[in-house]
Amino acid sequence: MTSSGDDRAIRTNGLTRTFGAFTAVDHITFDVKPGEVFGFLGANGAGKTTAIRMLTGLLTPSSGEAWVAGHDVYRESELIKRDIGYMSQRFSLYDDLTVRENIRLYGGIYDLTRDQIRDRTERILSRLGLSDTAHDAVGALPLGWKQKLALSVALLHEPRIVFLDEPTSGVDPITRRQFWELIYEAAHAGTTVLVTTHYMDEAEYCDRISIMVAGRIAALGSPAELKRDAGASSIDEVFVRLVRPELAGGGGPAQ
Amino acid sequence: MSAASAVRGFARRTLALARAEVLHVIRDRASLVQIIVMPLVQLLVLSNVATFAVKRSPVYFVDFDHSPASRGIVTRFAASDLFDIVGQSASPDAANEAMLRGDATLVVTIPRDFERDLVRDKAAPIGLDLNAEKGSAAGIVQSYAAQTLTDYAAELGTEIVPTPRNVIDGPPSEIPPHPGAAHIDVRLRSWYNQTLDYKHYMVPGILVALVTMIGTLLTAQNIAREKEMGTLEQLNVTPIGKAEFITAKLLPFWVLAMIDLMLGLAVARLVFDVPIRGSLVLLMGSAGLYMIVALAIGLWISALVETQQQAMFTSFFVIMIYLLMSGLLTPIDSMPHWVQVASLVNPVRHFVSISRAILVKGAGLAEISTQLVTLAVFAVGFLTLAIRQYRKRAA
Repeated sequence: MTSSGDDRAIRTNGLTRTFGAFTAVDHITFDVKPGEVFGFLGANGAGKTTAIRMLTGLLTPSSGEAWVAGHDVYRESELIKRDIGYMSQRFSLYDDLTVRENIRLYGGIYDLTRDQIRDRTERILSRLGLSDTAHDAVGALPLGWKQKLALSVALLHEPRIVFLDEPTSGVDPITRRQFWELIYEAAHAGTTVLVTTHYMDEAEYCDRISIMVAGRIAALGSPAELKRDAGASSIDEVFVRLVRPELAGGGGPAQ
Repeated sequence: MSAASAVRGFARRTLALARAEVLHVIRDRASLVQIIVMPLVQLLVLSNVATFAVKRSPVYFVDFDHSPASRGIVTRFAASDLFDIVGQSASPDAANEAMLRGDATLVVTIPRDFERDLVRDKAAPIGLDLNAEKGSAAGIVQSYAAQTLTDYAAELGTEIVPTPRNVIDGPPSEIPPHPGAAHIDVRLRSWYNQTLDYKHYMVPGILVALVTMIGTLLTAQNIAREKEMGTLEQLNVTPIGKAEFITAKLLPFWVLAMIDLMLGLAVARLVFDVPIRGSLVLLMGSAGLYMIVALAIGLWISALVETQQQAMFTSFFVIMIYLLMSGLLTPIDSMPHWVQVASLVNPVRHFVSISRAILVKGAGLAEISTQLVTLAVFAVGFLTLAIRQYRKRAA
């Protein structure tokens, strides 16, 4: 049996990754349902990126189990790649190619037809308001536009699941809001979204979140559940209590 | 999925990536210059430098005879562009000083009674003292001088007996009147390169070396650069196949290398008058096969290393071994046996000899078939290594 046998988008069981003596991801177990926007919260170095790299087939796990889109991460990583989109925290489209050329490249790699590439290019350009800069090198675009373009390219082949690793880091609040609108559009179209962030306000946009601390999942649930269980008024406060209990003090509302 | 649609998918994904690769090259003016202009400039310059031919060797004459015959010898040397007469006297000491200063490579000593012996005995000795610091050059100067003297003697219907000595520290001195040396009449005839024009021999080799270097360096940097920039990760998360990836990386540089070779060949033909005696199609076909080998090695290096700097060091290491063990600069026949055996796995060696064989000797398919088969085996081997070395997932 090579697939998970159910319709869950992502399923992990004790997934672990060590680098020498250091355990980056320590026995994480969670499920993501189809169409869900699932948030991975945590400080830098908490293991979010390592977890995503294992799920996207970029890194072999040390132990544990995981299935993505029904495919086993150990043996079927190339099958997983047909069903997912990925946006790394580092901008990784080609700066020297134009917007159109980048879209065409990935359209070609994902086996889209010429017509599909043309239609989706026009859709992306008009949706992002990039029509006037379609022939400019991507490297010349402002960071916020680059990030929105990177998301659109990750969604180009209409994957079942999209992994977004710190997609909004370094961009201004307005662009962040626009970015989340794009994420919601994808989710409404049925795409499962797994997104990592260290912006606690963004956690509120997710259906469910897991808070990672030192490679472990310290809390998992909907934002409302997590706040209720911790008796906190914000996810920020939940997070501080989990990470630095001594700083949380009297437990009063943070703001 | 049918085989035909699998092939179409392979071609489509490969071409999508190869197209982007071409755009990278076109957008980067510096690398375009590096690829097209630099090798041509180097070919034009280096072909004049890398020659074993010795021209305008400085000669000093010590003439004890002062006869028409001895002056005739001086005139013959003066008329040849192989020699430059830097001094003439009847003083061995002056000749010695000239050689010590490095002003003279060759001292020709014409003994007393040279003309008399020539007329009476139809043979006369003459002294050739060579500065043998530069070993092979000394040998060449000696043979040129002997040839010049033999020609002159033949004109006179006599025989001149050169007595060469390699001088490193001993002073040149007057030749004893009767050298005991036996006459050895060596008749030389150069095949294939009758005029012994070293350019005909060197230019194809230099061209191969340049294209190999450029191709290896560019491909070796390529994947390493994408690793550094983070763009490789985005490709690794797509379903692109490893063979598709390597093919897409190889294809544009293969085309560029072939363009380079054709331009270089045009320069070789038009500027250096290198003959193209064999089939041009056969030459370009062999070159195409060879370039797959050279570029696959570059891509293998690139898949292996993490940074462009490591790629640079590794390719320089490989290129040095490549070129010095290729027979390009020094004949493989004069290398130690184990080096000769080791050089069999050097693809440059095989292509240098293929290109010289086709261009200078007019060799056909039959004559180079063994080397072509060897290159084909290398192509498959190194492509396999490159494809296996490229990892879409970190261990």
